[in-house]
Parts: sequence; structure tokens; C-alpha cells
Amino acid sequence: MSTTTPNAFYDGDRPLFHLPEEPHHPEGHSTMLGFWLYLMSDCLLFAALFAMYATASHSYGGGPGQHQLFELPLVALNTTMLLLSSITYGFAMLFMEQGKKGATLAWLAITGLFGASFIGIELYEFSHLIHEGATPQSSAFLSSFFALVGTHGLHVTVGLIWLVTLMVQVSKKGLIQANKRRLMCLSMFWHFLDVVWIGVFTFVYLMGVAQ
Amino acid sequence: MSATPATHGTDHAHAHDDHHEAEMPHGSFKGYMIGFILSVILTAIPFALVMTGVLDRSTTVVAILAMAVVQIFVHMVYFLHMNFKVEGGWSMLALIFTVVFVLITLAGSIWVMYHMNTNMMPMSPAAMAQSG
Amino acid sequence: MAHAPIPPTSPIFGRLTLDALPFHEPILVATFIGVVCGASVVLGLITYFKWWGLLWRDWFTSIDHKKIGIMYMVLGLIMFLRGFADALMMRAQQAMAFGDNAGYLPPEHYNQIFTAHGVIMIFFVAMPLVTGLMNYVVPLQIGARDVSFPFLNNFSFWMTTAGAVITMISLFIGEYARTGWLAFPPLSDINASPGVGVDYYIWGLQIAGLGTLLSGVNLIATILRMRAPGMTMMKMPVFTWTALCTNVLIVAAFPVLTVVLALLSLDRYVGTQFFTNTLGGNPMMYVNMIWIWGHPEVYILILPAFGVFSEVVSTFSGKRLFGYSSMVYATIVITILAYLVWLHHFFTMGSGASVNSFFGITTMIISIPTGAKIFNWLFTMYRGRIRFELPMMWTMAFMLTFVIGGMTGVLLAVPPADFVLHNSLFLVAHFHNVIIGGVLFGMFAGINYWWPKAFGFKLDQKWGKRSFWLWVAGFYFAFMPLYVLGLMGVTRRLQHFNDPSLQIWFEIAAFGALLIAGGIACMAMQFAVSIRDRKKNVDLTGDPWHGRTLEWSTSSPPPAYNFAFTPVIHDNDAWWDMKRRGYERPTTGFEAIHMPKNTAAGIILAGISVAFGFAMIWHIWWLAAVSFAGLIAVGIGHTFNYDRDYHIPAEEVVATEDARTQALAVQG
Repeated sequence: MSTTTPNAFYDGDRPLFHLPEEPHHPEGHSTMLGFWLYLMSDCLLFAALFAMYATASHSYGGGPGQHQLFELPLVALNTTMLLLSSITYGFAMLFMEQGKKGATLAWLAITGLFGASFIGIELYEFSHLIHEGATPQSSAFLSSFFALVGTHGLHVTVGLIWLVTLMVQVSKKGLIQANKRRLMCLSMFWHFLDVVWIGVFTFVYLMGVAQ
Repeated sequence: MSATPATHGTDHAHAHDDHHEAEMPHGSFKGYMIGFILSVILTAIPFALVMTGVLDRSTTVVAILAMAVVQIFVHMVYFLHMNFKVEGGWSMLALIFTVVFVLITLAGSIWVMYHMNTNMMPMSPAAMAQSG
Repeated sequence: MAHAPIPPTSPIFGRLTLDALPFHEPILVATFIGVVCGASVVLGLITYFKWWGLLWRDWFTSIDHKKIGIMYMVLGLIMFLRGFADALMMRAQQAMAFGDNAGYLPPEHYNQIFTAHGVIMIFFVAMPLVTGLMNYVVPLQIGARDVSFPFLNNFSFWMTTAGAVITMISLFIGEYARTGWLAFPPLSDINASPGVGVDYYIWGLQIAGLGTLLSGVNLIATILRMRAPGMTMMKMPVFTWTALCTNVLIVAAFPVLTVVLALLSLDRYVGTQFFTNTLGGNPMMYVNMIWIWGHPEVYILILPAFGVFSEVVSTFSGKRLFGYSSMVYATIVITILAYLVWLHHFFTMGSGASVNSFFGITTMIISIPTGAKIFNWLFTMYRGRIRFELPMMWTMAFMLTFVIGGMTGVLLAVPPADFVLHNSLFLVAHFHNVIIGGVLFGMFAGINYWWPKAFGFKLDQKWGKRSFWLWVAGFYFAFMPLYVLGLMGVTRRLQHFNDPSLQIWFEIAAFGALLIAGGIACMAMQFAVSIRDRKKNVDLTGDPWHGRTLEWSTSSPPPAYNFAFTPVIHDNDAWWDMKRRGYERPTTGFEAIHMPKNTAAGIILAGISVAFGFAMIWHIWWLAAVSFAGLIAVGIGHTFNYDRDYHIPAEEVVATEDARTQALAVQG
């Protein structure tokens, strides 16, 4: 954990049992690793949902399947929103490192707008499906589809609430270390959701519709 | 390291420079743009393949799965800034463990449930006779 | 399957009516009166001694890992009494319910009891005991002042408690699940179980599960990032290693439990088709998924127990642990294999020969690293100067008992044998054999071993030995008959029997349960007597067993900051090494120490979670909405508090350390 060489633990031949200067854990030095570990557990959460979808993806119960239901242009549009929000979040992080509060907030706001459009489009897709009679209750395939995609959407929604909270905190307290750390955690969360979405559009939408 | 060493604001900052290295490394404009452009390409191709249907199904599936894997790598490297040095390598180790567990969960469930469904699906007498 | 009508819901009380109170069940009424009397005595005493402020300030809101660890242990031991009461009731019922005698428990009550027993023993006894021990010991063993995320630690504890509270509420308001501890559909779906029992099960576990997951993340980060200088991974104490692996399994497995329970609740609440028998739903997928969590779960419980035994064996043999690196690698191998064997819980469901063979073989392979561990402990003892103190006695009992349990486990791992023994009392005997003989004995060893560290005095030997012998004898009397019955083909969870020739075995098992009850009573006496005689058994050295790891270098109990100076580690057995090389404890030069502040956010969030869970169980939608909004508001509000730490002033550190210096001088 330390870059100090082992020799620093000796005073000549005599082993030291305490360092001359107390090693210091700066506040939040475990936060990024801890948050990454949480994201890993979230991976397993999605893995279970993917497994559920994989095993139920042909259990139509006499109802409609992927071909009848999925509209790829809509999914492509949604994917674009999420991808754009990723790069804009990246810009926010670049400005954060330069300590430019206004630009950081602006890019965060843009990210939020893309994220909100993603959620909006997803809600439109869901309501459209339900309107057509393809409800989560119709078949195991649809139950697991709504559960998987909906859980991802729920994560994005949580990300949006978090984003707004952080924007308030940054505008009140500025780009202090604690806020930077939080922005970096949200950055990991946001990009992680993007990675999950790659799985969703490939595995659920594209593979479902591929002829 | 593009981190700003002064921001830790403690008198002991020099004594624990290692902690800067331990933090998530920051991206650069170039890195984000490379990641973005690669992602756009790797998203557009599979969508195009499926929407036009130029290839047969099995080729398409292999191609889009391969591109998904590549794109996940792109995101990991350019957006999540993963490498073997972050957090002393623990992030990468955690990721590798997670990938193993994810694959076990997915592949195991699919394998197990495929056999369950094959063996346990209610069969008509005719189908039973056929499957012998 | 009869479609029972779903009870009507009122906008204010949801499904909750006065009928939910079990006035018609004399056993429950008597229990209720007992609990109310007991609770009023406890609450009265706390009020009389004016302990509320102390409890709130020093314990409930504390983010000190040591206090949270102790609170986990208290939770585990209290819930153990509930879980054991269930066990006694089942043993009594099975010993008497033969032929014309229907026993004293009606089937619907009996089914709730075996479900509650399983759930409580695993989630609210074993898990809190294991987590509590890891919480208390790990930061001390790695030379850290606290865990990585102290607030999260407090929050995790209270979420676990909230889950326990929800489960306990079901005793007196409504009912608990009658489905067995894993609530397999279709039995647990809304048609077969229209009542609130399964909902109590779901929400109790979901809320506690969140706490467990966060505590897993916390401890991994702590072990990876907070180790003292010089402590490389291969110099970590074995208990810390097992704690690391256990928490890796927690982080990997608990999300799957969360998902599978969430999907079951969707089936129940909104009528989705995940695990139904209609429209493509597949109950087998539930079994598959819940065991993907369920199998790692048993390793989550046993690995820290292995860690305890490693510490105890090496300390009480006065020797370095034999084969440290093989111990570490065995632990890692078990961690990975734990994730590859889940199907052995449902060999009989019909996956066929190929799948069953794979999982049978992986299961058998686990016995190799486990066997290696047993040999390592034996070789540690070999030519050691063994002191048969209580922790060592529990360890010896473990080694004998666990080997039997392990062998019956390998037997069950053979798919054809499993077709005979599946769902039988043989299986019940097997997992009690490993969980009692492994996890519980491990926790008792740990409690006896670390008690002097936590409180500054040793536990009473006389009552401890009585408890030990009653427990061990009771265990064999209670569970060996179940192996016999299982081989004869008796299945589990039966409320009544017709074959009178079986009765004698159940009577022996009931006798064993009574012996265990005596063991528990003696353990309670052991605690009481030790607290009464604490002056006599006091330990001022902080190192009563001639320990080997860092926790024994501190005072007992350790100061809030654990270590005035962060220790430097040169060897696996760091404290042993320090003593051997003539380490002198520094008595001057103390500085102010940076520590996190206490907070009430954890207990408040957990309290709101109880309200939320209760509202969801009873379909009280307005309360669910309000409490959910409250959770988010308090959660976000807490992030606006940036002022989370303070410095223990240097004078206070000096005062604490001087007191220790004097105590050591008195000791000589």
C-alpha cells in the first residue's frame, strides 16, 4: 500500500515498530475503491437479471416476441442519448480538474438533460408496449424484459437524482475535495451504466431482432 | 499524474504521495474523444448490421457480440480509466473476479435451465415416444 | 391449487385488520405476554439507571467499529434465543406427534416455525455473529483505527437490525411464511400463499440484505486500504484473510438474492410471470437463482469460523500456524469453488447426468482445500504446548464434529446418493452438523477468545466448560438420530408421523435439544457470572492468552482510536514478533488523532426502513410512499453534512495512554 521502501521500517539493523512520522490516511482515500466494489456488486445484480432474461427470452406464453415488439430506431436514438451523456459527463470531469465550477455545472446540466431524455424515451417505449398489450404480466419474456431494462432505467433515474444533488452541492460549496470525490464516484456510476447498456442493446434488442 | 497535489490540504501531503496514485486517474480530452468515436463506430455497426440484415443470423450475432465486447473494453479504458495501476491493482482484480462470477452466473444459469427445460418440460406421449 | 381470495385492502390500514393479531393462538398470546413483561423490565431498568442517553450517544449512534461489532454480537445472541425456541418447539412436536397424537402445534403454525427457525438462524444469528466478529477484530488485526467507511458500518448494522425487527413483528402481527427458509415458488406465489407471511420474509431479508452487502464492501475496502505499513497481503492474519474472502463472497452473492427476491415480490405484487406456472414462467429458475446466492452463503458463514480456529489453534499451541500460505490459498480456492457448486442443492430437479456430474465433482473438490485446512490445524498442534482453554476446547470439538459433517457432505455430493437422501432428515442432520459444528462452535470459540479483548476480563471457566460439554453432547444426541432417520427415508419438515418405530429416535433428538438448552443456559450463566466477577478475572495486560496478532498489543478494551501510533509490521504474527524482539511501548510523543464523528443517520434510516417494509407487507400504500420519500430525503440530507470528523485532542490521548502505562506497571 505504501511506496515507502521496506528499509524505512528499520533504523540501521533495529526494526522500527512505529514510523517516525505517523502514516496518514487522508479522508476518503478508500472511497473510490469502495465505490468500485459497490459497482462490482451491481454487476452481479445485472448478471442475475440478464440470466433471468436469457432463460426466459423465448417464453412468450403465446404472446408477442422480440420481432413484433422492438423498434430498433427508437433504441438507436436512446443509445445515442446515453452515449452523448457519457461524453458530456467526461467534459464535466475535465473542467472539474481545472477547477472551473461554472463549466463543470454547465456540462453536468447537459449530461442531466441527455439522461432525462434517455429516461423519457424509455418511458415512451414502455408505455407504447403496454398500450399494445405487451405488459410485464403478459409473459415471462416480457416480465424479464421489463425487469432488466427497467432496472437499468431505475439506475439512470437514481443517477439523475444524484446528479442534481451534486450540482446543488457544488454550487453551494464549490469544487472542494469532498465534492470532487463525489463527482468522480458519480462519473464511475454513469459510465458503468453505459457499459450495462451495451449489454442490454446487444443482448436484448439486437440479438432479439437479428434475422 | 494530472492530479493536483496541493488539494489534499494536509501538512503531511508529501508523506503520502502514494495516495494520489491510488485515486482514479483522470481522463484527457483526447482520451474521451477517442473513446467516444470508437463507441459511436462500435454502436453504429451492429445496429446497421441488424437493421439492414446484410449477413445471415449467426454471423450477425457473432459480429454484434464481438463488437459489444470490444466496446465494453473501450468504455472501461477510455471512460472508466481502468488499468492495472488504479488503486494498486485492486480495482482490476475486483473487475476480473466480477467478470468470472458474472460469466459463471450467466453461463451456468443458461446451461442448467436449458437442461431443466429439456428434461422437465411436459411432453405429449407422442413426443416422448419420439425422443425415446 | 385453490385460488384463495386476496383480502380486501383499506386505504388507511391496507390489509391490516384486528384479525391479524393472533388472539386465537394461546402459544403466541403467552409468548407475547412474556415478551412484553421481559421488555418492560429491560426498558424499566434502562430508564431507572438513566442509561438512555448513554445508549444513544455511546452505542446506537456510534461509528466505532468495536461498538458496532459488539452490537452485532448482541443482536445475534438475542435472535439466537428466538431461533432456538423455534427449534425446541419443533423437536417437541416431532417427538410427540405420532399416530393418534396430533402434537400441540397445528400444521400451519408448525410450518411457520420451521421457516422462521431457518431464516432467523442463518440471517439474524449466524450472519450478525460472523459480521460482528469481523467488525470487531479485523481493524485491530490490521493495525487500523477504524473501518474505511465508519458511517456505512453503523448504517449496515441498523439495516440488519431492521430486517430482524420486521421478522420479529410477524410473530405478533399477522403470520410468517410457511414455505421453508428459501420460499420456493409455486408455494410462495400469491395463489398458494396469499397471506402476509411471504411478504414478511421478503422485506425482512431485502432490508437486512442491503446492510450485509454494504458491510461487505466496507470490510473489503478496509482490508485492502487500511493495513498498517509493512503488512503485505501474505503477512495478514489468517482471520483477516478469511474475512476478506467472506466479504468478497458477500459482495458477489447478495445481489443475486436481492434480484431473486425482488422478482418474487413482483410476481406477488404486480402479477408478473417470472416464477409462475403460466405464460412461460418457470419456478425452476427461482430455485436456480436463489441457490447461486445460497451456496456461497454457507461459505460466507464458515470461512470466518475457519479464521477463528486458525488464530485459536496457533495461539493455544504456542506455535506459528502450520502452512500459512497453504491456508491462504485453500481459502481463496474455497471462495471461488463456492460459486461453482450451487446445483448440488437440486440434483433431483432434473438437469440430467451431464450437469449433475459437473456440479457433483466441483462439490467433491471443495473437500480438498477444506481437508488441507484440517491437516494444517493438526500439524500446528503437533508438538505444540497446547493449553486447553475454552477457545481451544471449542476448536477441538469443531475439528471432530466438522469432519463428520464434511464427510456426510461429500456423500450428499454424489448425485445418485443424493437422489435417495435429498430432502431427508439426513440432509437436515448434515447441514446442522456443519453449521453448528463449524460456524456456531467457531463463534463460541471466537467469543471466548476475544471477550477479554472487548471487555477487559476473561470469561468464567467453570460455567464455560459446563456449557461446552452440554452443547457438544447435546449436539450429538440431537442430530445423530436424524442421520439414522434420514437413511430410513424420513423426509424433513413433517409435522406428524404414523410409524411408531420412528418415535424413539425423535425422542433422543428431543433429549439432545434439551441438553443444548442446558448448554445455552450455562452460557448465559457464564456471561452473568463473569460480569459479576469482572474484578476477579480482570486482565490489565491486554494480552491474556499470549496472543500473536496485533489486537493483543492494545489495552483491553482498546481505546477509541485503537492505536496511538500506527504499528509497523515485520512478520505474520506481528505482535509475537514485537514481543520477541523486545518491543517497548512508546509512552510519550502522542498527537491528536483524527476520528469520524458519531451520527444518528443510520438508526433513523433503518427506522424508516422498518416503516417502509411494514407498509409494503400490509399494502398500506400511503405509508409506503411517505416512508420511501422519507428515506430518500434523509439519505440526501445526510450527504449535505460535510462536517463528519473531529480530532481527539492530544491531552486525551496522553491521559488514556498514561492510564495504560500505569496499569501495565501495576501488572509488573
